[in-house]
Amino acid sequence: MTARERIAGNVANYVDERTGAAAWMKKNLNKVFPDHWSFLLGEIALYSFIILLLSGTFLTFWFDPSQREVVYEGAYQPLSGLKMSAAYASTLHISFEVRGGLLMRQIHHWAALFFMVAIVVHLLRVYFTGAFRKPREFNWIIGVGLLTLGIVEGFLGYSLPDDLLSGTGIRIAEAIIQAVPVVGTYIAFFAFGGAFPGEAFIPRIFTVHVLLLPGIFLALITVHLMLVWYQKHTQYPGPGRTEKNVVGYPLFPVYMAKAGGFFFIVFGVTTFIAAVASINPIWLYGPYTPGQISAGSQPDWYMGWLDGLVRMAPPLETHAFGHTISWNILIPGLIVPGIMFTGLALYPFIESWITGDKREHHLLDRPRNVPNRTATGAMALTFTLVALINGGNDIIAQQFHLSINQIMWFSRIGIIVLPPIAFVITKRICISLQRADRELVLHGKETGRLVRLAHGEFIEVHEEISPEKKWLLTSHEQSGPLELPEIDKAGVRRTDAIRNKIRSRMSVANAEVAPKVSAQDLKEIEHH
Amino acid sequence: MANDLEAINDPGIPAHVHRKADSDPLAAKKAERQVAILFALSAIGTILFIVSYVAIPEDIFVFIPVMGSTNAHQLFLGLGLAFSLFFIGMGAIHWAKTLMPDQEVSVQRHEFRSDEEDRDELVKTAKEGAAAAGLGRRTLIKRTLGLSLGLVGLSPLLLLRDLGPLPGKSLSTTSWKAGTRLVTDPGDRPIKPEDLEVGAVAQVLPAMLPGQDHRVLSDIGKDAVLLIRLRPEEFNLDAERLSWTHEGIIAFSKICSHMGCAVALYEQQTKHLLCPCHQSTFDVTRAAKVLFGPAARPLPQLALALDSEGYLVAKQPFNEPVGPSFWERSS
Repeated sequence: MTARERIAGNVANYVDERTGAAAWMKKNLNKVFPDHWSFLLGEIALYSFIILLLSGTFLTFWFDPSQREVVYEGAYQPLSGLKMSAAYASTLHISFEVRGGLLMRQIHHWAALFFMVAIVVHLLRVYFTGAFRKPREFNWIIGVGLLTLGIVEGFLGYSLPDDLLSGTGIRIAEAIIQAVPVVGTYIAFFAFGGAFPGEAFIPRIFTVHVLLLPGIFLALITVHLMLVWYQKHTQYPGPGRTEKNVVGYPLFPVYMAKAGGFFFIVFGVTTFIAAVASINPIWLYGPYTPGQISAGSQPDWYMGWLDGLVRMAPPLETHAFGHTISWNILIPGLIVPGIMFTGLALYPFIESWITGDKREHHLLDRPRNVPNRTATGAMALTFTLVALINGGNDIIAQQFHLSINQIMWFSRIGIIVLPPIAFVITKRICISLQRADRELVLHGKETGRLVRLAHGEFIEVHEEISPEKKWLLTSHEQSGPLELPEIDKAGVRRTDAIRNKIRSRMSVANAEVAPKVSAQDLKEIEHH
Repeated sequence: MANDLEAINDPGIPAHVHRKADSDPLAAKKAERQVAILFALSAIGTILFIVSYVAIPEDIFVFIPVMGSTNAHQLFLGLGLAFSLFFIGMGAIHWAKTLMPDQEVSVQRHEFRSDEEDRDELVKTAKEGAAAAGLGRRTLIKRTLGLSLGLVGLSPLLLLRDLGPLPGKSLSTTSWKAGTRLVTDPGDRPIKPEDLEVGAVAQVLPAMLPGQDHRVLSDIGKDAVLLIRLRPEEFNLDAERLSWTHEGIIAFSKICSHMGCAVALYEQQTKHLLCPCHQSTFDVTRAAKVLFGPAARPLPQLALALDSEGYLVAKQPFNEPVGPSFWERSS
């Protein structure tokens, strides 16, 4: 035994005698994780979060979360002598006088953008592959919670510097709060310590941004990961992969090296982009004052859809009995986002109600094999994208020399018309892809080799695909619709007939597929 | 049903294909060197970082194509840090991919549902415990506990009361009174009609009260006013609103009636005011009537007059609250 082994042994022994960790470690070092690039998306979100904690902590050492009015006398000459909040002045100080401070600000902001991108793309992966099905519904809901908190956390973060752009964002947030019927004015006055903007909100949102929300994030991320660990990761279908096993590489050493290495790559790429691509140059915007604004005011991308909805809202207000209800703010600012996020959170339960499927699922779906789900996702995405595009209507109008009114009308009509069209097209594409798969299994792949037969006919030679590929294209389940007759077995009409009918109709639509190839089909074709 | 048909057979996990480095010691040696080079590149990145920190002054700007003028200090710090991080990752992953075992293994999953026996026992224990505590029988305890738990949350909620003052009338009032002078922002100079040419726009605020040396942002958020001068014949106003203008000068609250952004974009040709936040468009000639966008109300108009010295003043306070709507707003 070498000296090094002896020391390591002693340390391990010391820890194990006090915790009994050896048995747990032995089991978990061999934990198997399936390999696929799309499983890295959640990892990017996790690593971005760590980068955010590190860079954010650095920024707090100099940032002064206060709206106390100061006269700027720092290094950035164009703003010299101007009155501004201590928050804005200290952000300028970080940007121009703290060495590496601007770099850290840029890393923090870029990491926040990547964090949100990674969460959204990870969510899309989980959605379109059906990874949210039993037993993973809890993790889906935690994920939706993390997405929601991420949007809030990002918004609060870019509001902290108290520049002209971020103050405008806060102004809009205040107007949304103020629009809430009955209690809105009171909530706004409590949140802002009086009339907008007051001097309270920067210190308050600072506490929320650096303590409260990161704490909740840490707790939720921990549970999210523990559940992934305990429930074992889902896997894509393929030869040798079943609902009962998990096929992949062991945690130690391969995954530790890969995942650890990937953290450094994400950090490195974020830092590179932060170094070369300037973002949120707050010194150009100037300090916040409610009487001024800069043209082309844009929120960060993950808030853009919300701003787009607000922009396209019709000018509706109700004045009655001495009170005002601002539908032009409430509908796009609170009601529609509420429906979107509630629908998102409840989706696993809605789907399992329609399919009647209460079994565990560990094999992922290929999106084409579940046309209705894929089409529903495309529909929701289209809705959000139209809103997001409208959130940048001023920039688009300027860049492409279009009229802002035309873009607005395109969005107002498009947000209602385009999602259903997206649904139908996506569903048709999915079923066509299923037919193509069927064709591939039955008749093999086209080789491009033309052969002339003795009697003069030209045919293209088709090559049989591998057994692995055949298995991949045919191993998915195709269960028919739920059978929910209006009259039950005893000849009695069901009491909840309407609900039953809706469920039945949706179930039939859900079961619409191109039939997959069975072994019999193949045998038949061999006889030809 | 498709499921009743016989499925095609699962061929099983494909056989492991050995990598070159698995069998060829030379290839393994080469891979090892590659990993070492990647880690060494990371070390060079750190050295670049340190050198940049020490040697490059903070105020040197260099011109780089695409990026434009860039602060060299921040740029090279960033590049050094990026390389030092990135190549650690590349090294670790290359190591894992070329030299660590790459044989896929299959492990069984277990069902999450507990054994029937365990579930029954849990139910029994829970029932026994609840019965022992008298949860079902002692309704008085149950109800008072419910009451106290329901009430205990009120105390911290009540403490939040001091977060801010009650709104009162503050959203409905501004600093504009009858006779308040309009002054430029910035500059605080009073304005005479002849200071504004036809087509000109100016942001104004109410003159500060005697003894006031400083404006509060919350006041600016309600008081900011936009002054626009047109030719008087261009107006399309009723008699009352026309009397609120002065020689073609008209004043509107600059705070958008939609969500409170500053309505700062004035199109001189069309005489439209546009809010850059949500593109609500107001027609200056028709008392800021909403032409387009989500705003539901015109911008409040401030009635103008001249004082004895010939300066522009407010004839009366705003006759409606400025800024976004709120529940207590009556019109």
